[in-house]
Amino acid sequence: MGFGTILLGIILVNNYVLAQFLGICPFLGVSKKLDSAAGMGVAVIFVMVLATAATYPIMQILDAFGIGYLQTIAFILIIAALVQFVEMALKKFIPALHKSLGVYLPLITTNCAVLGVCISNIDEGYTYIQALVNSAGAGIGFLLAMVIFSGMRGKLEANTSIPKCFQGVPIVLVTAAFLSLSFMGFGGLV
Amino acid sequence: MEKKTSKLAILTKGIIKENPVLVLLLGTCPTLATTSSALNGLGMGVSATAVLICSNIVISLLAKIIPDKVRIPCYIVVIAGFVTVVQFVLQAFVPALYASLGLFIPLIVVNCIILGRAEMFASKNNAIDSALDGIGMGLGFTLALGAMGAVREILGAGTIFGIALPWLSAHPILIIALAPGGFFIFACAIAAVNFFTKGKGVKGSFGCHGCAMASICQQEKCIAELEKGVEA
Repeated sequence: MGFGTILLGIILVNNYVLAQFLGICPFLGVSKKLDSAAGMGVAVIFVMVLATAATYPIMQILDAFGIGYLQTIAFILIIAALVQFVEMALKKFIPALHKSLGVYLPLITTNCAVLGVCISNIDEGYTYIQALVNSAGAGIGFLLAMVIFSGMRGKLEANTSIPKCFQGVPIVLVTAAFLSLSFMGFGGLV
Repeated sequence: MEKKTSKLAILTKGIIKENPVLVLLLGTCPTLATTSSALNGLGMGVSATAVLICSNIVISLLAKIIPDKVRIPCYIVVIAGFVTVVQFVLQAFVPALYASLGLFIPLIVVNCIILGRAEMFASKNNAIDSALDGIGMGLGFTLALGAMGAVREILGAGTIFGIALPWLSAHPILIIALAPGGFFIFACAIAAVNFFTKGKGVKGSFGCHGCAMASICQQEKCIAELEKGVEA
């Protein structure tokens, strides 16, 4: 499978947030402001690629010993440790980057999108390079959804004609439904 | 937790008063993703419940031994262990359900209901209370998922547990069973809770106040800092 096909598929057609429901918590929680939405998105791309880079070789080792069933335990621990180390390393060596991305990193450890992308890379049978491209694409798709959604929420807050019982969380979900609906238009693309 | 709550109260609070999905707004990802049919929703609910009860019991027994600083990784290992067990059981006995839930079975590990109950309840209470809490919260989760799955299956496919309904199965609203329908039906469910409780029902909000992990994951602090930074 070509890299273009993988990227297009994961960003638009099978968007992690809008079509596969992974990473809904940060999508709804951190999308109030454009700046924080974009920052979160970039941090997710970063962690997804790193996590895949680390977990893919580990899976080969697990398989070599015939203990592939330890996947879930191994992956979650690797991701949690990795995020901690990355945060410490960034703080020490690249403080400028830590200042802009650092706050988002602890939020991502128990994010289901990161564990999800690591596992689905294995399930899809991608090669190492394809897996990295797929992870980057999943992150970019997340960033795209976050940025668009934060724009929509900006409009939403100015609106006062929402029925009382739909105010707050429900109307945000309805908005997400429309965004998801519009992304379905990419359906036949790949 | 100063007052001694009765066993029955522990058991029942998760079902309606503190329903994890519809009131506390936890575990949103599996709620949206696995409720495309009633059976999938119930299957997900039962799997998560099994993990929740077992991990609650084990964590409450181990709480005194685990050092405070590394408790979260320890809880995650316990939970991941039980998730692997559930994965094996589903694969062996209900392969069709295992295939349709797919990725969301291993993702039970990062379900914030389970880690949240470990942190908020099981680590502070004895094994019996923790088991009851797990059963109650799990039932609440299962019922909410089953109900949402049933609504989406009836409207989206015109069937219930795979049995075709008259008229409806000839006029399915396909979109309800697809991704946008998940968001929309969930929105309607929360709006209904709001309506029947006159706005007092829904305690959670996305972001962090609702998340049980707030005390440990610093997310609330981070977001508060972020929003302050943006405004300044």
